[in-house]
Amino acid sequence: MLELATFSLLNGIVYGLLLFMLTSGLTLIFSMMGVLNFAHASVFMLGAYLSYQVGLWVGFWPALVIAPLLCGLVGAGIERYGLRYVHKSGHVAEILFTFGLSYLIEELVTMIWGRNAVANNVPAAVDFPLFTLFGSTFPAYKGLMMVISVSMLVFLWLALKRTRMGLVIQAALSHPSMASALGHDVPGVFMLVFAIGSGLAGLAGVIGGFMLLTQPTLAHAVGPIVFVIVVVGGLGSLAGAFIASMLIGILQTFAVAIDYSLVDLLRALGFVITRSTPSYEFLSIKVATVAPTVPYLLLVLFLIVRPRGFLGKRDV
Amino acid sequence: MARHEHRVVSLALAAALFAGSAAAEVRIAFIDPLSGGGAATGILAQKTHQFYIDTINAAGGINGEKIELMSFDNKVNPQESLIQLKKAIDEGARYVVQGNGSAVALAITEAVLKHNERNPGKEVLFFNYAAVDPDLTNDKCNFWHFRFDADADMKMAAMTSVIAKDNRIKRVYLINQDYSFGKAVAAAATKMLGEKRPDIKIVGDELHPLQKVQDFSPYVAKIKASGADTVITGNWSNDMVLLIKAGKDAGLKVNWETYYGGTAGSVTAIGEAGVDTLKQVSEWHKNATPELDATVAAFDKRYPGKENEYSYWRAKTMWEMFAAAAKKAQSNDPVKVARAIEGMKMQTSLGEVEMRADNHQILQPLYVSTLAKAPKYDVEGSGLGWKSDAKVEGKDTALATSCKMERPR
Repeated sequence: MLELATFSLLNGIVYGLLLFMLTSGLTLIFSMMGVLNFAHASVFMLGAYLSYQVGLWVGFWPALVIAPLLCGLVGAGIERYGLRYVHKSGHVAEILFTFGLSYLIEELVTMIWGRNAVANNVPAAVDFPLFTLFGSTFPAYKGLMMVISVSMLVFLWLALKRTRMGLVIQAALSHPSMASALGHDVPGVFMLVFAIGSGLAGLAGVIGGFMLLTQPTLAHAVGPIVFVIVVVGGLGSLAGAFIASMLIGILQTFAVAIDYSLVDLLRALGFVITRSTPSYEFLSIKVATVAPTVPYLLLVLFLIVRPRGFLGKRDV
Repeated sequence: MARHEHRVVSLALAAALFAGSAAAEVRIAFIDPLSGGGAATGILAQKTHQFYIDTINAAGGINGEKIELMSFDNKVNPQESLIQLKKAIDEGARYVVQGNGSAVALAITEAVLKHNERNPGKEVLFFNYAAVDPDLTNDKCNFWHFRFDADADMKMAAMTSVIAKDNRIKRVYLINQDYSFGKAVAAAATKMLGEKRPDIKIVGDELHPLQKVQDFSPYVAKIKASGADTVITGNWSNDMVLLIKAGKDAGLKVNWETYYGGTAGSVTAIGEAGVDTLKQVSEWHKNATPELDATVAAFDKRYPGKENEYSYWRAKTMWEMFAAAAKKAQSNDPVKVARAIEGMKMQTSLGEVEMRADNHQILQPLYVSTLAKAPKYDVEGSGLGWKSDAKVEGKDTALATSCKMERPR
């Protein structure tokens, strides 16, 4: 029991940190620019593919740096040559633009690397057990992922709150014309923010690529959960996204471990439940079976009870 | 003026359409996922069918007519499949080929039955090459449906016959996808293990959502905690690969008894850790015969690359049987072909195959195989490949059926 609980907690934290890696860039872009970037998961996927490809040429460690930089460049390009023009037409146009972009990236990836998953295996450099606990091993790459995820949080927080650059970024957002009048390059700031957000998605993709499956449906597979976290954490709140990621990761993992159903609960309360009880089929579904839907239940709950999420400043 | 042009265009269109149907050809509708999540398997199957159809056409077609494969994308969705089926029939298809997803197959078989009742003289046949829910050839069977893959129960019977002989297996964990097929696998495993090895304890019976789980680590932690020495799973595609990957990461040491351990990517994902522990039940694998089959070699040559790893041997059986039946019936009319296929026996390089007359389920040899190092023919260029543990002859795979089908006239 202790063994299962320990592992559930550990797995939950790992999954939560992975989710945070995925969402941090999205949250950054949203909080800074007000753009809900539907192509974020696609950039994440692009990061996975690029790191695979670059890794083949120069090895894993350089790829860990190069792939996110390339994704950052892609992001900068998207902002400079796409979003900047669409921005004038309002948020709907922006959302549609990024939405269309996600399809474009998926097709592009399919054309270059094919429909099947590429052999993006765990690089030898991080493919060893970090430690063994109760006879189960904990892979080193998950440790690396945890370190990267936490550094992302610290880096972003410091960059935004403690540097001059962060001040300019925040100023450019709340008072663009004033910041511009003071001689700051506001469009340039926007481009930089989008590039950093995309670079973070790319960095997440490097790790996520071999943790999950590097295939063209990767973006679709992680897309929905990313938005759940942003809503539950509060739109545009970095700390909120972190809390939501951890909460969802741990909740979902523990739910898998619970083999009880509503039938067990009702029986414990003294009700008599048999196979002929109405809706027995529904009542007998185990918590473990519905575990992966837990985040979406949470999403619905939050939209009803607290639409602004944990730390959001305004309603969704 | 504009109206006049319209008329010319529609006349030309009509002429083109007539010209199309005038050329004698047998139209086959292939309804399977060609985009989205299931596209990789759907497209591979499409290539395999096209390959064998081209072979038949090159030899002169069937009864002097060429076969044309028309593809329809159903996105593995039953509702979408029915729309595509309607479209296919409108375009003149008299044969339907589908395989991905038992829910889709159940929808199609019912729609085909209805169509054939209402349109005598325009019957459509349904060739199912991969949907393995036992219901399709039992309670939900009908005269128009033929299955060329062994059903979930038959595969489980083969798998458990090997498990029964292995005394090291004591604790089994079942993990399956939460839908009709996954539940069928779990039920069959519980029943057959109970009969063949009552001493084996089933220490877990897990259902998880279909193709929704990204991280299987929590499930692996549970398997580990249960003390299982063997895991039985019907998982396919991502669910198979990610499960096995998570198991490898946690250092889980179990026998993987699978239906689709041969799924593209699984062998690459588990790598050396799967040697001697990853097993699958299939109608064929590369090392089933001492030399690689000539058509498989030709397929590999025509479609090189990892994503075209040959995996539908049953498609070969299906098209050869179809051609033989049409020849025997001396007609390409679906009803006559159906009567000819019923009860048909055929010799293949692997042994005898037979299409059962009572429920239209094929009986073909089944192999239980284990992943091994440096076999003669490896998969996905991994240096690893399958080696047979046991072969079950076609006639021995037969199980009792509850099918009561009504035959036309």
